[in-house]
Amino acid sequence: MTNSSRKTLVLLEHAGGEPADASLQALAFARLLAPSEEPHALLIGAGGRGAAVDLGVHGVAAAHVAEHDALASFAPDAWARIVIETADRLDATTVVAAGSEIGNEVLARVAARLDLPFAANVVAAEASETFRVTRTRWAGSLLEEAQLDATRELLTVTPHAVAARADGSAAATVEPFVPTLDDSDLVVRVVEHVAAPAGGVSLAEAKVVVSGGRGAGSAEGFAPIEELAALLGAAVGCSRVVTSAGWRPHADQVGQTGTKISPEIYIACGISGATQHIAGCRGAKKLMAINADPEAPIFASADYAVIGDLHEILPAISAEIRRVRGE
Amino acid sequence: MNVLVCVKRVPMTGGRIVLTADKQAIETRHLGFTISPHEECGVEEAVRLVEAHGGESIVLTLGPVEAEEQLRDCMAIGADRAIHLVTDGEEWDPQATAAAIVEAIRADGADFDLIVFGNESADAGNYQVGIRVAQALGLPVVTGLKGVAVEGGRVRCEREAAGGRDVYDVPLPAVVGVLEGLNLPRYPSVPGRMRAKSKPVAASSPPRPDSRLEKIRLVVPEGQGKQAEVLGHGPEAAPRAVEVLQQIGIL
Ligand SMILES: Cc1cc2nc3c(=O)[nH]c(=O)nc-3n(C[C@H](O)[C@H](O)[C@H](O)COP(=O)(O)OP(=O)(O)OC[C@H]3O[C@@H](n4cnc5c(N)ncnc54)[C@H](O)[C@@H]3O)c2cc1C
Ligand SMILES: Nc1ncnc2c1ncn2[C@@H]1O[C@H](COP(=O)(O)O)[C@@H](O)[C@H]1O
Repeated sequence: MTNSSRKTLVLLEHAGGEPADASLQALAFARLLAPSEEPHALLIGAGGRGAAVDLGVHGVAAAHVAEHDALASFAPDAWARIVIETADRLDATTVVAAGSEIGNEVLARVAARLDLPFAANVVAAEASETFRVTRTRWAGSLLEEAQLDATRELLTVTPHAVAARADGSAAATVEPFVPTLDDSDLVVRVVEHVAAPAGGVSLAEAKVVVSGGRGAGSAEGFAPIEELAALLGAAVGCSRVVTSAGWRPHADQVGQTGTKISPEIYIACGISGATQHIAGCRGAKKLMAINADPEAPIFASADYAVIGDLHEILPAISAEIRRVRGE
Repeated sequence: MNVLVCVKRVPMTGGRIVLTADKQAIETRHLGFTISPHEECGVEEAVRLVEAHGGESIVLTLGPVEAEEQLRDCMAIGADRAIHLVTDGEEWDPQATAAAIVEAIRADGADFDLIVFGNESADAGNYQVGIRVAQALGLPVVTGLKGVAVEGGRVRCEREAAGGRDVYDVPLPAVVGVLEGLNLPRYPSVPGRMRAKSKPVAASSPPRPDSRLEKIRLVVPEGQGKQAEVLGHGPEAAPRAVEVLQQIGIL
């Protein structure tokens, strides 16, 4: 991943005055791509200056901070325009962002405005005569090597593809500026935030998740799953078969088109282990699968296997937990 | 109101992805095909909008001859007609796909009030075709949506964000990128399937431009095929399973 004539601009997301982890990973990725050139960072909106001050540690040459009253709430077209304005001003050859919802959306808008190709969710890149990337398909179940034919490369970096690196030395200069924006850049913007009702363990952040699939049999069939989850302080998850059948809400679905989880342990019961389900639980440290079929594909992704009927096994596990707790 | 939904035919890969010998594609000889759950919700939403406001719902795909199957599936749950941009089976890059969709929209003659995309395609996950189409047509586009409500010539869009939902409100015509969870799609009924057989599909074969995001080869990532430790069979495995939970430190 080398080429000396590159100049990279990294769009850095931030919240509460702190840069986002996935954006710091994108920065580390940019430094791998062009080791001899320190990347420039772009931060947009309120709190940008605060998040910019420590970026020297992450190897940033200069942090450009776009400040404008209209940026108080997220406006993706305004962000795209600012990215283009900054990349033009710096003569950047490459623009990198995190493969987050915002990173992908904003770079897609940049690409559309410039009519340039855009590679989303890249895990590796190599710049020689051609610019080659390895990117994820099927939410990470498959990789694609591809060539980008562009005068300016636009790419986002899959979260966790590389680790953030806090090994830079110099302080980054912080350069605030006021971008040019028109009303047309603000047609699409957040006009209201509706708070979610509090309650329950959040699936995305849970330390333990207990899930059921078609093998649970029905909405009522989730009772032993809920019982175990309650004993463990776990969140309840499920497969897509379950949400499609209306047994549980989509908010409980783990997978490619559901929630991505990263618990200490994931206990998957009556779930076959389709790649689209596994795509949602690859972040789990351990996977325990309970399945009636010893040949179920999920066992190929599991650390621990229990073979049999979940309706017999789960009550036995819950009873055993109560016993060891002396209840 | 007229609502267009763009869908992409993809294989149902099951428990393991196997590639063709030339590594250019997934081996699909023994697989069924479908569309992304995001797009299924898009079709359901379009059908509901037309049920509520009148007008027409149209599905569009760019894909091989066989992709007519997915168009018929969408018409079975209520879409009125379909546009099929027929390819030779080779995947098109997202820029070429968007350009062909824009051409088809211009050629169709219907005025679309809402154009619905999946937030990302199931297989390629390029996160961009809908945004490119919106840019070319000069329309506002909102992505990542789990709520879409049309009222008074505008669309109110809801997207999950830290601690709740962000709301966007844009004028029609507009483009939206939607996520599974937007609604619970209906299953096609038998009469729905029958009716779908005679609904019109307008087919054409646009020429494929050069790719600017050119696939070189596919690679199945490492790390599949773990050797799970079998803790036991049936309820007798419970003590061993609980020991493991204790070891991991979650009890
Ligand atoms: C683009 C796309 C995106 C998708 N996204 C998702 C997603 O986000 N999440 C998701 O989950 N799926 C997703 N899917 C669907 C996925 O492909 C599978 O269809 C789904 O995960 C299967 O759910 P399941 O394992 O519950 O059901 P099945 O595959 O039917 O498996 C049921 C399992 O339960 C076992 N079983 C049955 N009875 C019992 C019992 N009494 N005790 C113990 N075990 C029992 C069986 O042996 C079997 O292994 C997606 C599909 C596509 C095409
Ligand atoms: N070949 C295609 N035919 C029709 N619609 C497509 C096609 N490819 C992508 N789309 C639409 O664009 C969305 C985003 O795709 P992508 O940019 O590949 O992630 C998909 O969910 C579809 O709605």
